[in-house]
Amino acid sequence: MSRITFATVWFGGCSGCHMSLLDLDTWLLDLASMVELVYGPLADRKTFPDGVDLTLVEGAIANLEHLELAREIRRKTRVLVALGDCAVTGNVTALRNLAGDPSGLLQQIYLERGDPPLAVPEAPGIVPRLIERVTPLHAVVPVDHFLPGCPPSAPRIRATLEALLAGAEPPEIGRFG
Amino acid sequence: MAARTLTIDGRLVSARAGESILEAARDAGIHIPTLCYLEGLSEMGACRLCLVEVTGSNRLLPACLTPVSEGMEVHTATERLREHRRAIVELLFAERNHVCAVCVASGNCELQNLAIRVGMTHVRYDYLNPVCAVDISHPQFGIDHNRCVLCARCVRACDEVEGVHTWDIAGRGVNARVITDLGVPWGEAESCTSCGKCLLACPTGAIFRRGTSVAELERDPKRIALIVASRQERW
Amino acid sequence: MDLAELHATAERERARRKAIRVLCCTSSGCQASRSLELFHQLEAAVTATGQDEAVEVASVGCMGFCGQGPMVRVEPADLLFERVRPEQAAEIIAALAGEPCSVERGDPNHPFFARQVHVVRRNGGFIDPERIEEYIAAGGYEALYRVLHDFTPAEVIQEITRSGLRGRGGAGYPTGLKWATVAKSPGERKFVVCNGDEGDPGAFMDRSILESDPHLVLEGMAIAAYAVGAHEGYIFVRGEYPLAIQRLTRAINQARKLGLLGSQIFETAFDFKVEIRVGAGAFVCGEETALIASIEGRRSQPRPRPPYPAEKGLWGFPTLINNVETFANIAPIIEHGADWYASIGTEKSTGTKVFALTGKVRNTGLIEVPMGMTLREIVEDLGGGSPDGTPVKAVQTGGPSGGCIPARLFDTPVDYESLAAAGSIMGSGGMVVMDAHTSMVQIAQFYMAFCMDESCGKCVPCRVGTVQMYRLLSKVVAGAATPADLEQLEQLCRLVRETSLCGLGQSAPNPVLSTLRYFREEYEALLREEAAAGANGTP
Ligand SMILES: Cc1cc2nc3c(=O)[nH]c(=O)nc-3n(C[C@H](O)[C@H](O)[C@H](O)COP(=O)(O)O)c2cc1C
Ligand code: SF4
Ligand code: SF4
Ligand code: SF4
Ligand code: SF4
Ligand code: FES
Ligand code: FES
Repeated sequence: MSRITFATVWFGGCSGCHMSLLDLDTWLLDLASMVELVYGPLADRKTFPDGVDLTLVEGAIANLEHLELAREIRRKTRVLVALGDCAVTGNVTALRNLAGDPSGLLQQIYLERGDPPLAVPEAPGIVPRLIERVTPLHAVVPVDHFLPGCPPSAPRIRATLEALLAGAEPPEIGRFG
Repeated sequence: MAARTLTIDGRLVSARAGESILEAARDAGIHIPTLCYLEGLSEMGACRLCLVEVTGSNRLLPACLTPVSEGMEVHTATERLREHRRAIVELLFAERNHVCAVCVASGNCELQNLAIRVGMTHVRYDYLNPVCAVDISHPQFGIDHNRCVLCARCVRACDEVEGVHTWDIAGRGVNARVITDLGVPWGEAESCTSCGKCLLACPTGAIFRRGTSVAELERDPKRIALIVASRQERW
Repeated sequence: MDLAELHATAERERARRKAIRVLCCTSSGCQASRSLELFHQLEAAVTATGQDEAVEVASVGCMGFCGQGPMVRVEPADLLFERVRPEQAAEIIAALAGEPCSVERGDPNHPFFARQVHVVRRNGGFIDPERIEEYIAAGGYEALYRVLHDFTPAEVIQEITRSGLRGRGGAGYPTGLKWATVAKSPGERKFVVCNGDEGDPGAFMDRSILESDPHLVLEGMAIAAYAVGAHEGYIFVRGEYPLAIQRLTRAINQARKLGLLGSQIFETAFDFKVEIRVGAGAFVCGEETALIASIEGRRSQPRPRPPYPAEKGLWGFPTLINNVETFANIAPIIEHGADWYASIGTEKSTGTKVFALTGKVRNTGLIEVPMGMTLREIVEDLGGGSPDGTPVKAVQTGGPSGGCIPARLFDTPVDYESLAAAGSIMGSGGMVVMDAHTSMVQIAQFYMAFCMDESCGKCVPCRVGTVQMYRLLSKVVAGAATPADLEQLEQLCRLVRETSLCGLGQSAPNPVLSTLRYFREEYEALLREEAAAGANGTP
């Protein structure tokens, strides 16, 4: 039987969820024997491949690149998991919604409060444009499973992965935060 | 006192006449989720989490406010009720800005616990992301409107237990806010005796002790009931 | 005051009247189109033409044809003038002397008038609401006299029960039954409260009654107080109704002076004093428990029932709360008897109902029709159908708590049960006619915006659920919603209806539900396809 193809994605989050995944230490070796890592910050690949069995997404949808990639991933993934509070709720990343529209925010950060004042980064194709409001992953694509926590603890991630790999329902969800 | 026999979720339960369905269920070890209810305070029926089905009534009834009656048949966890409860908790999370990861109450919050209890995996509704004030003008306490669920437990604790009525609610709909005195900053609210009962009563991270940081808030809302009960003994 | 004096007062008033009465509507609707100025011009024209001996100009209440106002009626010739401008006053007065007149004429035999049955509006537009003598001359306060002298409280309740009268505030609760509950509830004090909050957008039935015939309501309240054993009453009127408040205040003072309110009414042992309370304008203040909180001086929020106000109302005492129109029906029932009243309308919905007919019909205004008249008769006969030939599509009844009934169901009789079966409610009497150009989704959005703004914020499902429903409706209107959004909208409708604390929240989804029921295709036409493929199983 061929190994399950597995991807992880890092959107608008602090990478803490990936760190928590790495905290699984030696179990990662067991995981590696069960899955083939085909995409993500921990793999060396530029484009998201077709026919991925399982994808974990960390982080909220905050810019156009996130939005487009999220849609692509959804098309190419069988089971999509929102990993951590940012992906599940928007969390800290979404706090910028309180400051209103993103262009004003960029002005404030780079020009008014910049020391020394810099230019608002404008590099089409390199720096993706911020979208109006940060949203959780499920607000833009359907999500199959949710794994809240900031970050979710390593054992919780493991329990979820084990269940999904065994074709079972993941355990009771945990606490937000 | 006269006894009443009823069934809750198929179990035969006996209760005192005049007791609420909620009290009877708790005595019998049956959990009904609540948020605006706090033992020791008057019931308000506002959060709607404790709604139950009673055979013969086509309306859902708040367990915290509905007295038991003989032969009553109560269902506390039907599919419909579970779905409604989860939706109500989701609506609360969508209403203000609940960022548990950076909240003083994380780990000691009734709303956070409710989310687990009702099986909320995510919030299906739009986050409203309102801009909310944080008032730290009081020397000991602060109020963070980002976390308030408008349960009015602070209002009732202050009014009914401390006898002061510093808190009230102003505004309508999602623009309603708890206020101190006539809308002045808490630090300037002359009626406040700084007794801390509102802090005890608050189920979320809205009212906090100044100086507490993420997940540091400690408080035990059961103390409100203790205060009330011990007074009744003395008088 | 006794019966002989009452009759003498009526006689004096009739004797005072001049041969010709020019009645000028000075209610809010017509005042908005300068009818006060018109009134003064009419008086001046009478004097100028030297007709003071034979002609009097009277300021009267609403005649119902408010869309055509200002209205002037000339008695006894029964001439009707519409859209009268103050500049035309002289022409009307000249016409009394047989001069030709170009002022737009109304037809008193027009179905808009002819098909109406006036019970609560019988004096509207005929008497000066600021003069109690005119009310007495029209037979006023005789019912109260008869009740105090010839009826026991139980007999009054029995009469009201037999009449089949149901509450006109919206829910249609049997009035006699409510009175009996209050009468039976033990309490050292009892209260009678008249609900004149009238918060539905576009509704002005109660305002019109209060402005046009305030004594009719006061008399009904006094009879109710006698029946249930109350000695204190409040009329709660919304602050936006200054004219109603002014006329009521005057009416209360006049009645008190004549001993028709206050202590020892009609020289009996019965005391009843009435006070006015002015509301701050929130829609939810009209909900009875919120209204009680407001009169008590607290924040006007509903509380869960039971206990009902009939058992525990104002300050914990048994309290009778009825709507303005409900009270206005009482004196006529006593006067003509329960059988007469029950013979009007249908078996389960007796009597008449006042509606504010607006929207896409030729004739708009206030109508009082017997229960059981069909929507078609109201829209086509009284309303005169569509003003520009665009087909009429639906009628909205019950305002933000009601629903839209499609044209194919226009044979539905207007009674409590039939409207409910059609997915709407009688409500307080708003009736908005919509034509083919109206978007039903936008109608639902409009009413949801109203409920969202008016939610008091006490309970979670109504406070937050209405906002979420409003957002989803706006998304549909903008063409941005998916089938999943529509599903979520329906889920929220169920949630808010089943879990909200008071009637506002419980009925807030009604406009959505009824438009979904009859005009689902309008929603679906606005949907777009799902953004991405759905989720699909575990590996
Ligand atoms: C949100 C809400 C608003 C209401 N507004 C009014 C109102 O403006 N006038 C009124 O008479 N009843 C109103 N009602 C109904 C009252 O609660 C009450 O049922 C009524 O006044 C009883 O009088 P009735 O039996 O004569 O109808 C409202 C109810 C709700 C839930
Ligand atoms: S109040 Fe409770 S639910 Fe809200 S952010 Fe704080 S911990 Fe989370
Ligand atoms: S500290 Fe005490 S007195 Fe002050 S607001 Fe809180 S409960 Fe009221
Ligand atoms: S401050 Fe706390 S206790 Fe007061 S209403 Fe808000 S959540 Fe409830
Ligand atoms: S249903 Fe709406 S108006 Fe009624 S109590 Fe709840 S929040 Fe207030
Ligand atoms: S706990 Fe009963 S309604 Fe809130
Ligand atoms: S207000 Fe003048 S006719 Fe109605």
